[in-house]
Amino acid sequence: MHELTIALRIREALETEFADDPEMFVTSVTIQVGALSGIVPEALEFAWSHAVFDCDFLADSNLVVDKVAATGFCQKCRENRTITNIQSFRCPICRTPIGDITGGDELDILTVDVRNSSDSP
Amino acid sequence: MCRDCGCGLLEAADHDHQHDHDHQHDHDHQATRTIEVRRRILAHNDDLASSLRRRFSDNQVLAVNIVSSPGSGKTELLARTMTEQANEWSMAAVTGDLATENDATRLASTGSLAKQILTGTMCHLETNMVADAIAEWDLAALDFLFIENVGNMVCPSDFDLGEDFRVMLVSTTEGEDKPLKYPTLTISSNVAVINKIDIADAVECDVDLLEHNLREVRPDIEIVRVSARTGEGIEQWLAILRSRFEAKTGTN
Repeated sequence: MHELTIALRIREALETEFADDPEMFVTSVTIQVGALSGIVPEALEFAWSHAVFDCDFLADSNLVVDKVAATGFCQKCRENRTITNIQSFRCPICRTPIGDITGGDELDILTVDVRNSSDSP
Repeated sequence: MCRDCGCGLLEAADHDHQHDHDHQHDHDHQATRTIEVRRRILAHNDDLASSLRRRFSDNQVLAVNIVSSPGSGKTELLARTMTEQANEWSMAAVTGDLATENDATRLASTGSLAKQILTGTMCHLETNMVADAIAEWDLAALDFLFIENVGNMVCPSDFDLGEDFRVMLVSTTEGEDKPLKYPTLTISSNVAVINKIDIADAVECDVDLLEHNLREVRPDIEIVRVSARTGEGIEQWLAILRSRFEAKTGTN
């Protein structure tokens, strides 16, 4: 539901990042979204086009979402484990409940692909 | 097309040609290139939340972010808390809603400070809204700041508001599987308050199963059963607040 907010925050971050380069056009933005972030990648991709339509250097860009699984440290196995079903935060091997979350809340901009406005697409 | 080398670029593009010798050059148009950005999307909110958290610490204020679906009883729980503790603690609340000042008016009637944050169409609170709402308050005079989030179990989970801990409120009328349906909120919460315990039987809520589901998603979550309306269980809720306040401020 707040994917539009997230899309607008990405836009703001990139506007700040590239403020001093008017020649820059972004073709693609790659972000990392953790399974615990509460973000629906499809909804965010949809929101993206609405968030940037009036922003010249981003208007033609697409958003690429790199999904990251939730992970937690199993105290019994002494191993970091991937939690595929976040409705049951247990070690997938020994079924011990895991309280120590080690990953999955990522919400980061990773890279952007750019070209200069003087280049042909 | 470039008339000099026929490479397909516009003339204005910056590339080399027109040499007086005839060997082959690489010529790189840099049609697209990848730039590493590596930046948290919510960096602005998170930085603001960190500075707010420092202010809360400097002023020995315990900040509590309360999240639930609409109608679970956030305001009722806070009104009960503020009424019962009026003589013991100095408390304030900011309360987020899309519209109306009703919640702030109701909480202010307990004698504590209360301020409404109107979010318009926004489905969650962000730190700048909280910072603006408390701007005129003397934090040093407070023990507790309660942040009543917008009624929504999805969107608030991503937004750090500088709180010391997050409370997920779930009422017996909502079904035992609520924690499973909204795992991201459950995982990000430290305490779960099960409200409307007085009508659990009437609405056929299996409260043990509800607790089991909470722990399935977040094994270390602290759980308390209350009825904000009748006062049942409120002592345990106040005990949680008291012990966390004492742990933070080093008092007892």
